[in-house]
Amino acid sequence: MANIMIRRGAAGEYVFYLPKRDLEDTITSMEFDQADKWGGEIKLNNGGAYYVDPMPAPPKLPISVRARRMDAAE
Amino acid sequence: MSALTREETEALIKEVLEVYPEKAQKDRAKHLAVNDQSVEQSKKCITSNRKSLPGVMTIRGCAYAGSKGVVWGPIKDMIHISHGPVGCGQYSRAGRRNYYVGVTGVNTFGTMNFTSDFQEKDIVFGGDKKLAKIINEIEGLFPLHKGISVQSECPIGLIGDDIEAVSKKGAAELDKPVVPVRCEGFRGVSQSLGHHIANDSIRDWVFSRDGKDVKSEFVPGPYDVSIIGDYNIGGDAWSSRILLEEMGLRVVAQWSGDGTLAEIELTPKVKLNLIHCYRSMNYIARHMEEKYSIPWIEYNFFGPTKIAESLRAIAAHFDDKIKAGAEAVIAKYQPMVDAVIAKYRTRLEGKRVMLYVGGLRPRHVIGSYEDLGMEVVGTGYEFGHNDDYDRTIKEMGNATLLYDDVTGFEFEEFVKKVKPDLIGSGIKEKYIFQKMGVPFRQMHSWDYSGPYHGYDGFAIFARDMDMTINNPCWKILTPPWQKKPEAEAIAKAA
Repeated sequence: MANIMIRRGAAGEYVFYLPKRDLEDTITSMEFDQADKWGGEIKLNNGGAYYVDPMPAPPKLPISVRARRMDAAE
Repeated sequence: MSALTREETEALIKEVLEVYPEKAQKDRAKHLAVNDQSVEQSKKCITSNRKSLPGVMTIRGCAYAGSKGVVWGPIKDMIHISHGPVGCGQYSRAGRRNYYVGVTGVNTFGTMNFTSDFQEKDIVFGGDKKLAKIINEIEGLFPLHKGISVQSECPIGLIGDDIEAVSKKGAAELDKPVVPVRCEGFRGVSQSLGHHIANDSIRDWVFSRDGKDVKSEFVPGPYDVSIIGDYNIGGDAWSSRILLEEMGLRVVAQWSGDGTLAEIELTPKVKLNLIHCYRSMNYIARHMEEKYSIPWIEYNFFGPTKIAESLRAIAAHFDDKIKAGAEAVIAKYQPMVDAVIAKYRTRLEGKRVMLYVGGLRPRHVIGSYEDLGMEVVGTGYEFGHNDDYDRTIKEMGNATLLYDDVTGFEFEEFVKKVKPDLIGSGIKEKYIFQKMGVPFRQMHSWDYSGPYHGYDGFAIFARDMDMTINNPCWKILTPPWQKKPEAEAIAKAA
């Protein structure tokens, strides 16, 4: 489990940030990105993947959440 | 010599690496790269933020340097105790040229050295009592200080002193913040982790005390901004601040050059955080974005092109009044910029520069050089991370050199082959390259000049580069008795 931060980038895209490793990357896809469900599997531009427990509604960004590493790029 | 092609640069890296043993060669190869603007992600071509190899000459600092020297040190009305043996504080004292206004020793303490001067008995029996005593002594001797930070040196972490407990007790006694910073030098691979630790300690011990946000009677305005990550080297923050104020913004806080504790406490009330040194202070900006919903942007005040770009980007976060203000500022300084470029561009056009600095400068100053018609042919960070290189790739030309945590040997070899007209790096590199006959500017301390930020800074920057590169001394490096006779004959004929 890792603490990550998700925020909006300048172009409105989701940006992933892993403070422990100073890893910043854009999120290419998020499993659930709807009004009633948000989170799930997150795919990063660098090929990594993380899992965030789905939330009942999109949270106020940026948000720090616990995420499980599914497939790290490094 | 014209610019190297991609193949030539690759061959150069290979050639330089050849002297290493195989294992070191493999490791160092990952840190050297040829820039390719089409690469989206730096980690595909360059590895950074890794431990330096034993046996090679690195130019990095330690976590204590990152916290005491960079982030905390410039906060002028606090006293920063170098907690541990005397050397760390004494040899880093006042070397960074963070200018400030105030009476040193009365209400500001920037260039002073406070240390607990550990002796053997402190290592054996612990230094907590000594620290408590120092905190009380400081209060007696310097009653106008606004707070204390305890900057740990290596032994504190090794012997397991509880500086947090002492600090809490001290803070309660003095009714002033006492911030314990766990920035022991051995943490992390470079000063970069020290920045992070320092940012976290501001978050935990300054923004909120005992879990509550600090109260103040400050009335926030609609145009409040803070300058974050400007350390006022040679007055940089001042020459940045006037531009922001001229365009109608109110600068509430300077982090941390010429900054005060009160300014830092007020920062969570601003409307926009402006980040100059991304590497050392993005952490706190991210925290403020999450907790206080303050957006942040990176800006660049090196060179007129980037300044205009940045002023417009900053203004885009505000209303039309500020946008008009930004245009007015750009227009106001345009004649001055034109004069500077007209004067120096002809003297500097086409000169090639190699940089090796830390923090933000390996990419931020590129614009400044380009505005003068110069070309940056190699750049690298002492302690950059992947996100720094992501931002650098776009700024650098194709087939230029990128080197991360370059070793003394590699840097010298690169310079011998690339033959730049100017090198910008630090004091440790300066005399090596000057003795090799290459013009050199210190890009950490601006070679005791500055400021280089803002329009006023650009004029000084251009003058300094000109007086370094076109200095007549470079032509008389060969003593008369070693001059070749033909060269002399030609000189006489001419």
